[in-house]
Amino acid sequence: MSKGILYDATLCIACKLCEKACAERNGLPYDDDIAAEQKQSAHKLTCVLTHQDKFMRRLCMNCQDPSCASVCPVAALRKTPEGPVTYDASRCMGCRYCMVACPFSVPKYEWDKPLPLVRKCDMCSDRVSRGLQTACADACPTGATKFGVREDLIAEAKDRIAKNPDTYVNHIFGLNEVGGTSVLLLSSVPFEQFGYRTDLSGEALPLLTYRVLSHIPDLVTIGAVALGGLWWLTNRKNEVARDENGDDGGEPGGRKAHATS
Amino acid sequence: MRRPKITFWRVILVLILVVGAYATLVRFTRGLGASTNLSDAFPWGLWVGFDVMCGVMLAAGGFTLTATVYILNLREFKPIIRPTVLTAFLGYILVTVALLFDLGRGYRIWHPLIMWNPRSVMFEVAWCVTLYSTVLSLEFSSVVFERWRFFKLLRLQKMLVIPLVIAGVMLSTLHQSSLGSLYLIVPNKLHPLWYTPILPVLFFLSAICVGLAMTIFESSMSARHFGRHLELPLLRQLGRTLLVALGVYTVVRFQDLLHRGALHLLQWRSPETPLFVLEMLLCSFAPIGLLLIPKVRKNADGLYLSSVLCLLGFVTNRLNIAITGMERYAGQQYFPKWTEISITLAIIAAGFLIFALAVKYLPIFESAESRQREAEPESAGGKLPELFHVES
Repeated sequence: MSKGILYDATLCIACKLCEKACAERNGLPYDDDIAAEQKQSAHKLTCVLTHQDKFMRRLCMNCQDPSCASVCPVAALRKTPEGPVTYDASRCMGCRYCMVACPFSVPKYEWDKPLPLVRKCDMCSDRVSRGLQTACADACPTGATKFGVREDLIAEAKDRIAKNPDTYVNHIFGLNEVGGTSVLLLSSVPFEQFGYRTDLSGEALPLLTYRVLSHIPDLVTIGAVALGGLWWLTNRKNEVARDENGDDGGEPGGRKAHATS
Repeated sequence: MRRPKITFWRVILVLILVVGAYATLVRFTRGLGASTNLSDAFPWGLWVGFDVMCGVMLAAGGFTLTATVYILNLREFKPIIRPTVLTAFLGYILVTVALLFDLGRGYRIWHPLIMWNPRSVMFEVAWCVTLYSTVLSLEFSSVVFERWRFFKLLRLQKMLVIPLVIAGVMLSTLHQSSLGSLYLIVPNKLHPLWYTPILPVLFFLSAICVGLAMTIFESSMSARHFGRHLELPLLRQLGRTLLVALGVYTVVRFQDLLHRGALHLLQWRSPETPLFVLEMLLCSFAPIGLLLIPKVRKNADGLYLSSVLCLLGFVTNRLNIAITGMERYAGQQYFPKWTEISITLAIIAAGFLIFALAVKYLPIFESAESRQREAEPESAGGKLPELFHVES
């Protein structure tokens, strides 16, 4: 069963223990200055945003059909069956197409390093594959970040909204966005306030590319035959003209014989 | 050896290369963060938008002209095929060099060849560009074989020309259009004046326009600097073809904007509007308007001007897609740092330098035909059949 994370902003107290646990798990530094940073970066893979008295987490959504994994020319990014979208640093050549393609602009780059890598939350894939929950869910004292089977989390999110329709915005962010994501969000204020786009299509973005790429084998075969044929036609016309002019005594040699046979 | 004369352009060239060398040092010792204005919000900048996107586009003359000469069999265009193939070949080499600057870990540039992801447009582009560079090097090899009189290899190369050209046209069709497909996956990020499902079609059509314009442009430049040029009737024929190609492109572009209802986005205050207008003026209206006037269409300078406008227009188009069209989503402006600009200039300068050296030491312009005729009578005019005739 594919795993997921349900983050319920109404339960969040912005203690930022998830940020701290995330930094520890990923071997990144964490102090008060970093805690105060209000954006994701190569050294801050998850971030609790504050807007007046409301909070919202940002982390990799770990899409069901991720754009990053689709565009990566070296397959460094992959969707695992358990849910996490993993990054194999040994493959990455640093083209940064994943950063351009991600609809949530999640992958970040180590701009200051001479030999940089992409950094992003991978939903603690090592822990998840061992049957553990993510570090952030483990650290969360209020249950705002909850780890579980994605289907169960969806049912629970629907249940929470149904029981408290006045508390929540009637929208599980990540249920349908770009074909669904492993991370699901609940909020009491519109998601746009925290920079989440609610105009995302319900269709997985890699389909937009696939529709074109899938025609390539056909295009190549049609093109090769058409071009070869066109060459034969024009070349033959010239040779016939040459023959008629008595040029070269009408001895065009092997290729004409081959081409017209 | 004679000491090279010091001229204005040579001084400029050396200056650009020296500053470029220093910028290269900065880039590779201090990393992308210190040497570029790229950021998490703006991961692709000048090197991708200009060096790669425009570089590949400007090298489109190679496949357009080889198709004209070998597939459509319009042999009268043969005199300019060598400089055009050389430009294309150089273009792809320089694109690869630019990529080595832009990639975070350039030494892994070969990874896509063994670590496959066939779902990725970039993977497809990487393969096409690699294969097409090989095709171009083989197409160009005849010049080297001729220069050092490897006639057996030259003969072998001539036999392979048609398959090579067909492969080259197919590979170019694929990756020229695929550079547009790269952006299909960002419907929410690229401004709707530029984002369209038919991006690959527009990129391919514009590559043909640019291929024709580049051929006119190069021919005119060669006339000025090397005293070699296409005869005016042939230039005119290219000009007429360019007019048709630009017409088709413009119609497709506007049909698409109309069908998607994107034209209403052209509002006065929108920062995208002037750039869109500039792009369309340069790549469509101005060159079409000029080429529609018989006097301009028949005049070498008029054709030169039209082709330059057209090239500038499509460069604007690529920059609008790669940079301007993404700024609104990124929520910030991007302007390249001096290092980015100077490395780009140095790469262009290196291209001019290598081209000039190639012209000096290789049979690029001196009538390939006549030289060959002297050396090896049977291969004159590239009439392959005669090869067999002589050999038998």
